[in-house]
Amino acid sequence: MIVQLRAVSKSFGDRLAVDALSLDVPAGICFGLLGPNGAGKTTTLRMIYGVTRPNSGAIQVFGLDISRNPRAVRARLGVTLQQNVLIEALTPEENLRVFGRYHLLREPELSRRIGEVIDFLELGSHAKMPVRQLSGGFQRRLAIALSLMNRPELLILDEPTTGLDPAVRLALWSRIRELRAAGTTVLVTTHYMDEAQRLCDRVAIVLAGKVVEEGPPADLIAAHLAPEAVELDCSPDEEAALLAGDSPSLRRLRVGNRVTFYLDNAAPLIEQIRRQDRGRHRPLVVRPTNLEDIFLALTGTSLEAGL
Amino acid sequence: MSLSVPHALAVWRRNASMYSRTWKWNILPNFFEPVLYLVSIGIGLGGYINQMGGTTYLVFLAPGLVCVAAMNGASFEVTYNIYVRLVFEKAYDAMLTTPIEPDDVLAGEVLWAITRASIYGGCFFAVVAVAGLAPLPSALWVLPLIPLAGLLFAAIGIAFSLRIPNIDLFSFYFTLFLTPLFLFSDVFFPLKERLPAQWLWLGEALPLLHPVRLARAAFRGEASLILLWDVFYILVVSILLLAWARSGVRRRLTN
Ligand SMILES: Nc1ncnc2c1ncn2[C@@H]1O[C@H](COP(=O)(O)OP(=O)(O)OP(=O)(O)O)[C@@H](O)[C@H]1O
Ligand SMILES: [Mg+2]
Repeated sequence: MIVQLRAVSKSFGDRLAVDALSLDVPAGICFGLLGPNGAGKTTTLRMIYGVTRPNSGAIQVFGLDISRNPRAVRARLGVTLQQNVLIEALTPEENLRVFGRYHLLREPELSRRIGEVIDFLELGSHAKMPVRQLSGGFQRRLAIALSLMNRPELLILDEPTTGLDPAVRLALWSRIRELRAAGTTVLVTTHYMDEAQRLCDRVAIVLAGKVVEEGPPADLIAAHLAPEAVELDCSPDEEAALLAGDSPSLRRLRVGNRVTFYLDNAAPLIEQIRRQDRGRHRPLVVRPTNLEDIFLALTGTSLEAGL
Repeated sequence: MSLSVPHALAVWRRNASMYSRTWKWNILPNFFEPVLYLVSIGIGLGGYINQMGGTTYLVFLAPGLVCVAAMNGASFEVTYNIYVRLVFEKAYDAMLTTPIEPDDVLAGEVLWAITRASIYGGCFFAVVAVAGLAPLPSALWVLPLIPLAGLLFAAIGIAFSLRIPNIDLFSFYFTLFLTPLFLFSDVFFPLKERLPAQWLWLGEALPLLHPVRLARAAFRGEASLILLWDVFYILVVSILLLAWARSGVRRRLTN
């Protein structure tokens, strides 16, 4: 295991941020840490690289106890913080130079590595402009570039794609896949479930500081909800009328006026809705159940079974 | 003890990289200030003073002001500038994702504060020397003294900075601590000639008094035993405060 947490707890005052959390991140995969705001993701990551000390439990990274070997562990990992930490008055190149020196990189290796990460994250076009003049997406890519300076074996990304446009996000995913293919273990948090589903080999869903579910996204989906989802707009009264006496064990998620049904085969339900609607052509979305459904099922409060 | 000198130097390099971007504009005021002081107080006020401490007032004044420049240079760095790096720039959050440890941050910042003190104090000394107020070569002893004064005020300032919850309180440090030191530490008049004998110990407690006494001795080319006490005071107070600051820095940067 690259990262191993055993019954790790951390409280701030009387607020328990991480609650007896255990986690195993195997080598060479992309592992997603998912959870609602305040679930304890960032706190968990900080404990992994040793700047937050757990109140109890044990943490090993690369097989080393992080509390005893913080320098040795951090030399081998890279962290992109949730909020960019960049020196705005300096250029991307100068930022990379300053950061590379934190890892004690020396010339000519330092300049060579700066060139490599600039190429890898396509920062070349603005490498010599002050950071404060760059777009948010460019700044985010630079923040990620910083965490690659030391060729990390473990890359920790705290919400790397928040605020990025779709094209940049896709490009970033492919970079992360390249790193993984080259042997880097990636530990990423995100609020985008489509991202987690497409990018991560395994995910852990964290709720109030505890792992409530862990595994490959496809397995999690299969374990919790039927594979087909039907989404439509209807009030609770309309819903009762549409389903009239049918499907007592049908799983559904309602958020306001939007309701999603999960079933093994969507066709009979669609037929029934069309029948009940008597010619009125209500817009329906039929799609495969995805990780977002599971996330909401596990973390949300509005999922009920049956009528 | 977990200080790594190369990592401390990397912290220092960060600050140096930012400073070197704007050094031309940063360094210029350091030359105006001594000229203004020497003309206004040294020549203007000094015109009414026949002699002080056995010399002209201008000659009396110059070494103390060099120390004040070093004090101010270090103090700004370890108060406002460290606070900006900690709270607004979050520079230390980034450093602590690398092998840098809190002790390295402390050492790097102290070293940088000493550097700034040396730039301030050095510029002041250059002006004083050009004005013919620094008898050479003995006055050159001030050169090692300037970083020593920087060390002392870096240590005091960091100890204070670690204790305060918000940036507004720094103005108390400047108006209630540094300004009185500036006014009462032998810079403008010999404190021991104006202070009743039973209060002399209080004068000895003032941190700025010691670098000023050393600087004046250097300018006069006179060594005496009390200078050993001055050096001892600066080193011991600095070391004690920095040792005490270590746990505070760790507490501020990690949790
Ligand atoms: N330094 C701190 N002092 C006090 N409370 C803290 C501190 N850091 C985190 N917390 C609390 O711990 C809990 C977990 O916070 P954390 O930042 O780990 O959540 P998160 O899962 O990263 O959330 P988000 O998705 O919003 O980034 C929150 O309730 C937060 O308020
Ligand atoms: Mg977070």
